[in-house]
Amino acid sequence: MPTVAEILDTMDYGPAPEDAGAVRDWLSGHAAGFGHFIGGGFTAPGDCFEVVNPATGEVLSRVSQGTPADIAAAVAAARAAQPTWAALSPHDRARHLYALARHVQKRARFLAVLETLDTGKPIRESRDIDIPLVARHFYHHAGWAAVLAEEFPDHRPHGVCGQIVPWNFPLLMLAWKVAPALATGNTVVLKPAELTPLTALAFAGIAREAGIPKGVLNIVTGDGATGAALVAAEVDKIAFTGSTEVGRDIRRATAGSGKALTLELGGKSPFIVFDDADLDAAVEGVVDAIWFNQGEVCCAGARLLVQEGVAGAFTARLRRRMETLRTGDPLDKSADMGAIVSPGQRDRIAALVAQGVAEGAELWQPGTIPAAGCYYPPTLLTGVAPASTVSQVEIFGPVATLTTFRTPDEAAALANNTAYGLAASIWSESIGQALEIATRVRAGVIWINATNLFDAGAPFGGMRESGFGREGGRPGMQAYLAPRGPRRKGRPRAEPSLPALSAAPMGAGTDTGIDRTAKLYVGGRQVRPDSGHGYGVTGPRGQLLGIAGLGNRKDIRNAVEAAARADGWSRASGHERAQVLYYLAENLGARAADLAGLLRAMTGGSAARASAEVEATLTRIFWYAGQADKIDGATHATRSRHITLTLPEPWGVMGLVCPTEAPLLGLLSLVLPAIAAGNRVVAVPSQTHPLAASELYQLLDTSDVPAGVVNLVTGPRDDLARTLAEHDEVAALWYVGPVEGGRMVQTASAGNLKATWVNRGRPIDWAGPEGQGAAFLRRATQIKTIWVPYGA
Amino acid sequence: MTASPPDSSAEAARPGHNRPRNTGRPLAPDWFAGVAINTPAAERRAATLTTRRTVKKVWQAAWLANAIRCIDLTTLAGDDTPDRVARLCAKARRPLRDDLLAALGLPELHVGAVCVYPTMVGPAVKALAGTGIPVASVATGFPAGLMPLPLRLAEIRHAVDQGAAEIDIVITRAHVLSRDWAALHDEVVAMREACGQAHLKAILATGDLATLRNVYAASMVAMQAGADFIKTSTGKEGVNATLPVSLIMTRAIRDYRDRTGHAVGFKPAGGMRTAKDAIAWQILMHEELGRDWLQPDLFRLGASSMLADIERQLEHHVTGRYAGAHRHALA
Repeated sequence: MPTVAEILDTMDYGPAPEDAGAVRDWLSGHAAGFGHFIGGGFTAPGDCFEVVNPATGEVLSRVSQGTPADIAAAVAAARAAQPTWAALSPHDRARHLYALARHVQKRARFLAVLETLDTGKPIRESRDIDIPLVARHFYHHAGWAAVLAEEFPDHRPHGVCGQIVPWNFPLLMLAWKVAPALATGNTVVLKPAELTPLTALAFAGIAREAGIPKGVLNIVTGDGATGAALVAAEVDKIAFTGSTEVGRDIRRATAGSGKALTLELGGKSPFIVFDDADLDAAVEGVVDAIWFNQGEVCCAGARLLVQEGVAGAFTARLRRRMETLRTGDPLDKSADMGAIVSPGQRDRIAALVAQGVAEGAELWQPGTIPAAGCYYPPTLLTGVAPASTVSQVEIFGPVATLTTFRTPDEAAALANNTAYGLAASIWSESIGQALEIATRVRAGVIWINATNLFDAGAPFGGMRESGFGREGGRPGMQAYLAPRGPRRKGRPRAEPSLPALSAAPMGAGTDTGIDRTAKLYVGGRQVRPDSGHGYGVTGPRGQLLGIAGLGNRKDIRNAVEAAARADGWSRASGHERAQVLYYLAENLGARAADLAGLLRAMTGGSAARASAEVEATLTRIFWYAGQADKIDGATHATRSRHITLTLPEPWGVMGLVCPTEAPLLGLLSLVLPAIAAGNRVVAVPSQTHPLAASELYQLLDTSDVPAGVVNLVTGPRDDLARTLAEHDEVAALWYVGPVEGGRMVQTASAGNLKATWVNRGRPIDWAGPEGQGAAFLRRATQIKTIWVPYGA
Repeated sequence: MTASPPDSSAEAARPGHNRPRNTGRPLAPDWFAGVAINTPAAERRAATLTTRRTVKKVWQAAWLANAIRCIDLTTLAGDDTPDRVARLCAKARRPLRDDLLAALGLPELHVGAVCVYPTMVGPAVKALAGTGIPVASVATGFPAGLMPLPLRLAEIRHAVDQGAAEIDIVITRAHVLSRDWAALHDEVVAMREACGQAHLKAILATGDLATLRNVYAASMVAMQAGADFIKTSTGKEGVNATLPVSLIMTRAIRDYRDRTGHAVGFKPAGGMRTAKDAIAWQILMHEELGRDWLQPDLFRLGASSMLADIERQLEHHVTGRYAGAHRHALA
């Protein structure tokens, strides 16, 4: 140990290790290994694997590899506990969540040290960020539990939730999953990451200490196979945080199952520095963005986009700042960065950096790392082009890439030049510029002059291939609730499959006056189908009513392109959209009698029924026109001197596969909420009764609906639905049809992880209250959370 | 056009003054006018500086000893008397008990300077004779500075005549609030001229300047006018030294050095009372400016009661027992 005099010469900080004695004692007490936490108790350890401290390579513990039987036992325990848990009074459930919050606080240092040993993250972060946010999350949701009945009337819990969390924030992600699930009356089976299961096991002990009823929380450890077993188990909802690839697997595995699904996946988030930014603040922002948790953060600001005029000054300051970062023993209180979670992850990082350099990037990697242990230094790659591998692939390590831009437009374009859409950080002292970019970047979370701010009251989650669903705040609660739908007897009705469509002449026509030509409606124009074919449409007595366009995948392609171009609609004000919808109602009203006649000819039934459908359609247009300027965001009570906003934003291009029945009302029941919220849609009208669509497009033409906002492609429903589901430009897809079709759509949606809604053959009374409402508008939008810290 | 201060790089070095002085330069508003300062970000950085770094055990003892080396031990009270100042100077010469000094393995240790009012300079110089400890005097109508400039300059010359090696001047806050940078620059240039070989420490009174952009601009103008040190506060404003303000001033010092090569010192003052504060500001200096700014010729802590807490912490380090205040000599 140096003397005081020697230190006065060097002014080194010296070592400052956190005491890990209590945690090591606890681990020693479980030398035989950990079992699973099922039904309120720990099972005997099964086949175990080792859990390693990445900073040292030492084996910390041994935990059990969960089997399908373990999963089944845990799900059974959760299932048995769920009705009683859901039946507790709001106050009683709130008390349980409050107890969890308090016990986490009482065990805060223990949990922080254990988390650091297991993950390699610096003790400063686990102590000051992870664990306080865990407690905050339970507090916030204790509150939701208490006010659940008033705040979410007519909702019920899903039942049993399967939850799979990653290794980067093990306990925090557990809290994000468990707190809303329990607050809403669900019970839980959670699988922590195999690399970092220890705080989840400690939390199980805390839950027992806090008196959480048996079976409400179950924890099964294991690897991806255990996770797959949980996904396949008889659970009602899956919540997953992890890689986009595994997210796709889970999307496919749960397709058509009716299991609710939320996915929080990867990212390659932009960090945009304008020339009027506080450059020193932005440099510190980079430290908090990409050298937080060794860059192993899904929302890490990994792509630095810097305006050309300040790129030199910014880079120089950033490089200088990197020289003072300290990478080393994660238990040391003066460590900025700790260890990478595993040798495999470190090797992947190193390989990607090598590839970046090989592709022409300039490497800046100052500082030293310990000789032993799993470390990787803070890294900056400059001169990186959007085409470089390192600016496209999620590195999940302490590596920032720097690319320059010239104008705000170019900044937005570069920011959006990614398959992901999790977060973005914007640095500018101009509030006008910052908010302009905040609205244009496709990302679920935007930080203005800040980065990596989190709060239980602020929804967090991604757009695009960063997943769907939100955690935190009201949207986070909604992810664990289902509407209490009307009670129905029996199983979903098996809808008869639709006949194959024939382009051959049918004979047996009827003379109904001048022949009319039903076409497709794409980009504001009536167009012939690409195939050049039509299909015969018959009335209730089998008579030929007309010929509808036989759309194919190229027609879908054209329609999606037209919808993509019509982005002005998404920027229009709610009032502007409302006016267009009112005008549509006006024109439809003028044609009410004709429409009723057509409906009657197509579907049979009484004149009164046909008129009722037209009337119901008119009412619905008014309802959504009325809503169009009321799709409001919210402000959230997060931290003092922060404005935290949520904006419901349109998805962009939506696919709508409309019901076979109610050809006019059903079609518009999907189109109206979608366009009222600012989406542009490609709708597949009823295959059986497509002629209502040709009436509709004439109304659209005369009602000032801008070209490309509504596109109608008639033809074989499931072929067209598949093309829509597979189309990467389509951001969300609603499918009304049988279970099989829904499964097909959800499986195909895994390509770009578009949000889907399917009815699984469940009949919907389109004329009744379940045919319209806030739930449609909610599904027609995605939440963007914007953080604006302020201070003069 | 504003005047440039005289070139004083050829001046002889004095004890504690071992670096070439900042020569100053003509006013250049573009060095600060376009600089953006984001207040919440500065506050975040300041708040996490001391959670990102810590010193323990012998390192903590050394950093506290270093803080003593950098203290401007201060008395600026209406009831100051020559004897009271002499007592303070005795403490300045011998800030730690001999047994503690020996246990720390340090041959000697004294504070960075003693800081008093102009009429107390003479007694202080006498009391510190032969120690090499410089006497600093506040001047220029401290603390408000709202006196005619000739009187303020005369006050500087008086203090220098009495033997002050450092003059802690106060700027006219109105020049900052009204954006009269030329007036501010001229004023400090004149004061620097009046200081002669004494070092000029420019008190910005940041509590009165209110915004961090004002703090940055005032820091830069004072340095352009030739300040050897920039200092946060008189200790008499409503808000004295804070870490966010200090962060912005250290960044101004860094930027000035990058442009001119001149190293300007930093002195937080007022409101700092604990050993923990002493560590916090040293961490700030180490992180933002580097090791050179942990020496008394570039860093001073303007404090009066902080020393007592440092002594108690050092005694605990040496003995393992918590100390009683009565066991340490009063200042």
